[in-house]
Amino acid sequence: MQIDFESNKPIFLQIAEGIEDAILSGAFAEESQIPSITEFSVNYKINPATALKGINILVEEGILYKKRGIGMFVKEGATRQLKQKRKEQFFDNYILGLVAEAKRLELSEEDVKNMIERGFKK
Amino acid sequence: MTGIEIKNVSKNYGNVQALSNINLTFESDKIYGLLGRNGAGKSTLLNIITSRIFADSGEVLIDGIPAKDNDRALKKVYLMSEKNFYPGRMKIKEVFKWTRQFYPDFDEDYAYKLAERFELNTGKSVKSLSTGYNSIFKLIIALSVNTPYVLLDEPVLGLDANHRELFYKVLLEKYSQSPCTIVISTHLIEEVSNIIENIIIIKKGRIIKNETCESLLASGYSVAGTAAKVDAYIAGRNVLGVDNLGGLKQAYLLGKIDGELPEGIELGKLDLQKLFIQLTNQ
Repeated sequence: MQIDFESNKPIFLQIAEGIEDAILSGAFAEESQIPSITEFSVNYKINPATALKGINILVEEGILYKKRGIGMFVKEGATRQLKQKRKEQFFDNYILGLVAEAKRLELSEEDVKNMIERGFKK
Repeated sequence: MTGIEIKNVSKNYGNVQALSNINLTFESDKIYGLLGRNGAGKSTLLNIITSRIFADSGEVLIDGIPAKDNDRALKKVYLMSEKNFYPGRMKIKEVFKWTRQFYPDFDEDYAYKLAERFELNTGKSVKSLSTGYNSIFKLIIALSVNTPYVLLDEPVLGLDANHRELFYKVLLEKYSQSPCTIVISTHLIEEVSNIIENIIIIKKGRIIKNETCESLLASGYSVAGTAAKVDAYIAGRNVLGVDNLGGLKQAYLLGKIDGELPEGIELGKLDLQKLFIQLTNQ
């Protein structure tokens, strides 16, 4: 998980997305504990309030939950829920950029489709 | 705890106005960045809070208690500054012991642990320390005193990159475990921008910005691309500055992004250093 301090994206959002990625990759398994606010804060040298804000987004979405006095845990079913969310964002996050770059390079729709097929065969 | 309240504080040195009618509150358990150029009044303000010097007018309240020459209020605040008040021949370990007399919550064990992490030899005398270790030694005390308010005036002076990194990590560790109000006075805005929650910019004795770091960062953005495209985009917008690299250009703008960015323009974050330079120029 990496934070890009030069990015226009606020750090708390990057924290939330980093945790999502870690859940999707299995690094943070369902029903397991994630690092504490202090660990996020010290590791990335960010204010604890920033880390908390990122984590709270995922608590509100029902991806994480708090066990009193212990810490933050990944909810059962979080992986499925995140996959659904990412699928909904797939067009905006990947396809729009892909098409824009293809147009810049004067690649045809056919060219791009062929490349996607090649990508799937890999 | 109500924080440190600074009310209508002014201070003149001869006919130079060092601080002009400052009104400011440092709330409990937050990390503040106090930023300004050399001579802007940062140290004067911190020295007034701790009664090392006195304001010409106005007052400072610490948790509601007037701070001027009041031990009960001043015991709640620790100021780490460039000035050394320790006798040069005193050994570091003696300073640790002595600090307990003034600050009963000073955690000597923790101070020794930090000394080990920073590789500070506590058998050395104060005057034998290098500039960097002189800062480290005072930082260790500041991080171990456990007062509700800790003021750090230029804390990383003379520290190398490794020690700066370690200092910021230890500061956040300590703050997460036992929150207190921390004020970091510096002119290195980029270095502290992710650590502090609120930012106060002081210019020629006046406060010109006092807001959360997040809102300051959201007050602008940068764009990059070919010079022609960037020039077309920034025309008529509030430009902080530009960098040129061959036919490429990056521009820093104030304001919100209005509508879609044109093709070929890349978006980046506001450069705080550039904003700071522009705000604090004449």
